[in-house]
Amino acid sequence: MKIRISDDALAIACGADTVARAFIQAGAEVERVSSWGMHWLEPLVDVDGTGYANVTADQVRAIMAGTTESIGSIAEHPFITRQSRLTFARAGKTRPTSLDDYYASEGWLGLAKAQAIGAEATIETVLASGLRGRGGAGFPAGIKWKTVASAQAATKYIVCNADEGDSATFADRMVMEGDPFMLIEGMAIAGFAVGAQKGYVYIRSEYPHAIAKMETAIAACAHLIAPFIVEVRVGAGAYVCGEETSLLNSLEGKRGEVRAKPPLPALEGLFGKPTVVNNVLTLAAIPWILTHGGEAYASYGMGRSKGTMPVQLAGNVKHGGLFEIGFGITLGELVNDIGGGTDSGRPVRCVQVGGPLGAYIPPSRFDLPFDYEAFAAADALIGHAGITVFDDTVDMAQMARFAMEFCAVESCGKCTPCRLGSTRGVETLDQIIAGKNVEANLALLADLSETMKFGSLCALGGFTPYPVMSAITHFPEDFR
Amino acid sequence: MTYQPQKDFGTPASGSNDLVTCTIDGRHVTVPAGTSVMRAAAEQGTSIPKLCATDNMKSFGSCRLCLVEIDGRRGTPASCTTPVEPGMVVHTQTPHLQKLRKGVMELYISDHPLDCLTCAANGDCELQDQAGAVGLRDVRYEVQSTHLGQEKDHSNPYFDFDPSKCIACSRCIRACDEVQGTLALTMEGRGWDSKISAGLASDNFLGSECVSCGACVQACPTATLVEKKVVEIGTPERSVVTTCAYCGVGCTFRAEMRGEQLVRMVPYKDGKANRGHSCVKGRFAWGYAQHKERILKPMIRKSINDPWREVEWDEAFAYTASELKRISDSYGRHALGGITSSRCTNEETFLVQKLVRAGFGNNNVDTCARVCHSPTGYGLKTTFGTSAGTQDFDSVEECDVILIIGANPTDGHPVFASRMKRRLRGQDGRPPAKLIVIDPRRTDIVRSPHIEAEHHLPLRPGTNVAVLTAMAHVIVSEGLANEAFIKERCDWDEYRHWAEFVTQPRNSPESLQPVTLVDAEELRAAARLYATGGNGAIYYGLGVTEHSQGSSTVMAIANLAMATGNIGKRGVGVNPLRGQNNVQGACDMGSFPHELSGYRHISDGDARKLFESDWGVALDPEPGLRIPNMLDAAVDGVFKGLYVQGEDILHSDPNTKHVSAGLAAMECVIVHDLFLNETANYAHIFLPGSTFLEKNGTFTNAERRIQPVRKVMTPLNGLEDWEVTQRLAQAMGLDWNYTHPSEIMDEIARLTPTFAGVSFSRLDEEGSLQWPVNDAAPDGSPIMHVDGFVRGRGKFVVTDYVPTDEKTGPRFPLLLTTGRILSHYNVGAQTRRTENVAWHPEDLLEIHPVDAEDRGIKSGDWVKLASRAGETTLRATVTDRVAPGVVYTTFHHAVTQANVVTTDYSDWATNCPEYKVTAVQISPSNGPTDWQEEYEALSERARRIATEVPAE
Repeated sequence: MKIRISDDALAIACGADTVARAFIQAGAEVERVSSWGMHWLEPLVDVDGTGYANVTADQVRAIMAGTTESIGSIAEHPFITRQSRLTFARAGKTRPTSLDDYYASEGWLGLAKAQAIGAEATIETVLASGLRGRGGAGFPAGIKWKTVASAQAATKYIVCNADEGDSATFADRMVMEGDPFMLIEGMAIAGFAVGAQKGYVYIRSEYPHAIAKMETAIAACAHLIAPFIVEVRVGAGAYVCGEETSLLNSLEGKRGEVRAKPPLPALEGLFGKPTVVNNVLTLAAIPWILTHGGEAYASYGMGRSKGTMPVQLAGNVKHGGLFEIGFGITLGELVNDIGGGTDSGRPVRCVQVGGPLGAYIPPSRFDLPFDYEAFAAADALIGHAGITVFDDTVDMAQMARFAMEFCAVESCGKCTPCRLGSTRGVETLDQIIAGKNVEANLALLADLSETMKFGSLCALGGFTPYPVMSAITHFPEDFR
Repeated sequence: MTYQPQKDFGTPASGSNDLVTCTIDGRHVTVPAGTSVMRAAAEQGTSIPKLCATDNMKSFGSCRLCLVEIDGRRGTPASCTTPVEPGMVVHTQTPHLQKLRKGVMELYISDHPLDCLTCAANGDCELQDQAGAVGLRDVRYEVQSTHLGQEKDHSNPYFDFDPSKCIACSRCIRACDEVQGTLALTMEGRGWDSKISAGLASDNFLGSECVSCGACVQACPTATLVEKKVVEIGTPERSVVTTCAYCGVGCTFRAEMRGEQLVRMVPYKDGKANRGHSCVKGRFAWGYAQHKERILKPMIRKSINDPWREVEWDEAFAYTASELKRISDSYGRHALGGITSSRCTNEETFLVQKLVRAGFGNNNVDTCARVCHSPTGYGLKTTFGTSAGTQDFDSVEECDVILIIGANPTDGHPVFASRMKRRLRGQDGRPPAKLIVIDPRRTDIVRSPHIEAEHHLPLRPGTNVAVLTAMAHVIVSEGLANEAFIKERCDWDEYRHWAEFVTQPRNSPESLQPVTLVDAEELRAAARLYATGGNGAIYYGLGVTEHSQGSSTVMAIANLAMATGNIGKRGVGVNPLRGQNNVQGACDMGSFPHELSGYRHISDGDARKLFESDWGVALDPEPGLRIPNMLDAAVDGVFKGLYVQGEDILHSDPNTKHVSAGLAAMECVIVHDLFLNETANYAHIFLPGSTFLEKNGTFTNAERRIQPVRKVMTPLNGLEDWEVTQRLAQAMGLDWNYTHPSEIMDEIARLTPTFAGVSFSRLDEEGSLQWPVNDAAPDGSPIMHVDGFVRGRGKFVVTDYVPTDEKTGPRFPLLLTTGRILSHYNVGAQTRRTENVAWHPEDLLEIHPVDAEDRGIKSGDWVKLASRAGETTLRATVTDRVAPGVVYTTFHHAVTQANVVTTDYSDWATNCPEYKVTAVQISPSNGPTDWQEEYEALSERARRIATEVPAE
């Protein structure tokens, strides 16, 4: 009997450690593996491929005796079978920091391939895959790599942005906790391709498990990626340090303040050297792309949005978890079919896609395909592909206010629209909520949103108008 | 002209040689590649609204007022951070941009006190200007929270900080980081809570690391950081460009005036020495010019025991001339002499030496360079052929290795130090220059923010020659000498002779380590770095010259530079950091007893003849007396009358007791100064002087740069200093009729080949000129010895290390070395009469913890500082900045009179005093020494001024 229980932070939060201990005390052999990403089922116990959901310690003996009900084969769960798991191919199956497990599951093939075909062909492969930055901006990764590769400098860096701070996002955390070697391999490939000697993983301090797993994995595989070196740096709690230039300042030990671009980080990045700054998911997709070829990856997706996206379902949703799928799936399929609607059972009123700075989208727009261009055309953004679901009890005026308040709390303070505008936004929304000069204040808020959107230095202030204006556009009744 | 701030192009000029043409608002503009859209627009006369951008610091992109639209680009990029590209089509004013700018400005004004009419910056506020420029007419926000009503920080004596008016543009922080390089300021908090902070949150401006250079005040676009004088007086209404009268850097300032009242001194961006930067002295410490202790009427007295009697100018001149005549008649013409001032203009200095040579009829003229940089003149003339530094200050931007010896630039030459530090931090993507510091003390530049010396050699005071010879030993014996350069430009035989000398085993770093106390390996590494690190430049100060082997050290420096080929191009050279504003000029003007202007020996018949025919007198072909010789001769009873312009020899010259004895032995001491200085205690005639703000003329800085000094107000005493000297000459019967200092400069140019092309009109056109300016170099000479040495072939001089006679022993076991501090200047006559005393109210003795422990001394204790020459008391500060066995103090305060302790030992070639090495003992003390008490009593007596007794 082989028992597998996830040691992912979410599973632990749901009681996985207690359950695992109970199995051990009961004499079972337990393997701690990564999470399948079906969060509503955690702690999920895998007994020779058969799953037991929401297990508590007192169920252990019954499970071992086979006298309790299972959910059947985990791998054949509809939530899993509907996915195209490329990046999360190992999820639920391997021990995160086991080099043996990693080797046994196509590990290091991508790096070997890259070394075999050379730096230039590696970049060509990434270009051919159509992979775009998964952090939110959606900039083609291959082009960024090419820019860094052709920059003349003795020292270059790879920086992995693991400051995953958006609401409803956890894919980066799951990669780092569940499959750290894949991320390290992706960074090593990037380093090889652009001629960088060192990589930094900038992880938010709120992810202690990810930090520990990454450090263990880095130590375990240092000899395999040498002479490339990877080092973990821990953030200090600022959301804005997920913005790449702010992150670079923070990495340099400076105040986490946004830099103006140009110069692009690809040319003058960390310590003024050419630097690839990629999100965890971008780098994590690289080993698969190298192993299976750029075209194979590009065969997933739609339009200019190639490949798969690990979509994260959270908030008031019945089946929350990680769902990796080719671009093009509609929002409605994700929320209703896969997510199963709200957890409260009440009607879905809206979703927010792309974190606290993403637009609120009503069910009337659930035909929207998951695609960078389609979302942009609808004044929305995919961002890091986190979807927060709300039921009909939500007050959208309060949500608009929250967006401004969030910006006010997290603003680095460098640019005026964000530093002052966010607080003025909160105050103006307070006026509206209190019913004072509503029409004039809504007009003022629209002007402020325009100032922030076009005037802000980075996306923090620049995207705050999305949740605010989408709430006003789609739910005007909550403001008057 | 009415007041206007200097034009601000928003971002720094690009150094690129490639040109780019783009279109801005329909007009083509061609600018160097790398120029920002904002600057390109400014160059064609289009001013894009801006607040966070200013052209002496890197673009920042925070205010978001300067947004533009560019065809083919998404969004509205900031023009300050967007470089122009070929064919780019830019629109600076569209309805969309107009709306965005109003939106940004509405936010600013929603958080700004609307007290413009009573604000100190009213009329001189960029926020006010830009609010007008963007057409803001209404603030619609129902404001709940603001940053108004915060407490002001008045702690700095010269400027106020009012956080309520701050727009968080970070210009002050960036000025402190990029321009000054102190990095004292920071932004505390983030987002809404962003607040400028001087150091820690618990610090105020005075208590922080701020050095009060004023860069932040200049950078502030609002009244957040504003000069107290502007608060008090109001905004200026006109400005005059002039040259600072403090140190040898020679910063150009705009004296910004309201009527005859100076409102503020603002560093001038086009000043070639300072490039728009300043220090606390030049920027703020000019209050002495109106200080109540300034003497405005001439005074005379028979005896120094009498009180002074105020007289009119006519009487003063007549009396002075009669006294000089009496002495000349009774004791012979050699009983008279004069001292020119390195603080006065070239023209004034020239007149004083002319008065001595043509009026007194001898060559008894000397200048304060005697006690500072006379070895520089001697050493560099001997080796290179020119008594001056080889580079301009801009040259530092091309350095790869900077060697500082015996100089403390962050205190002594702060504005140049900031430029040097910029290079040492690395700029424009270039790796930083490496730094070697040879100094007994760990001066600030050894380790400061983003700067760390590769090598600090803390030598025993007095062993400069040994250290430099050991470096030469390494360079020659390890085959690092640039023999191609030497063969091409220097005397090869002399080189070989020198090389043979330096490679002797006794000159190896290991052999000399017991003498110098410098680690041999560290010294070897430093020598290799200087010889092989690329462009190597040597900067030195009085720690080189003020030694018994000062001239030898200067020549040893010259040897090193020649041996490594570090002469004759940008980024290299031998650079004396001159102490006083016009010490270079005073030397150039013929202030030394043996030299006519342009360093021509008085025994040179042709040169003498030129002057004789121009002046219509016969000149004495024999060199006259140097300052110490005059004092010796006075004590001997053969020297009786001295005219001292703008120098306080009693305070600044060594062995105070000997100086006072010399002065006391004279019958007529004429002091021409702003204040009753220490020398005036022994004077019989006091002629009030004028400040640099009250006269026209020129100063020559350490780069040989001749710069105009312009009269911005009427002299309070009624006469410019050159007029005083002329009136005295006329009273003595000399036929002088200058009507303006430009005529004196014309005479200098006529008589001095290196100044042949200099005139006031030329200086007005060019801003400044670096001598030589003549037919060979019509636009002056930023770098010397470019195509070969001025003297022909570079001369290597063997510099054998000879220990000073001033030795430590059981009675005087410690070595005292003296120096300066940032906030004070020289004897402090000026700075002690300003608010600068807030930083440095007294001279302190630095002593190492081990030496302090041995003597039971703690920081703050009164201690007695005694040498073979004399003793004084002051308070101690215990610090490991000095090595064990070494103590250090400044000589800015007359109550301390550190020169009571220094000795008569001096440079073998030039008599430059050995200020930097005195054997001393330190002991706990509980009060002033007898000397201090006696001197205090004497000063009080000597400074009495008789009040008119009303007629019955």
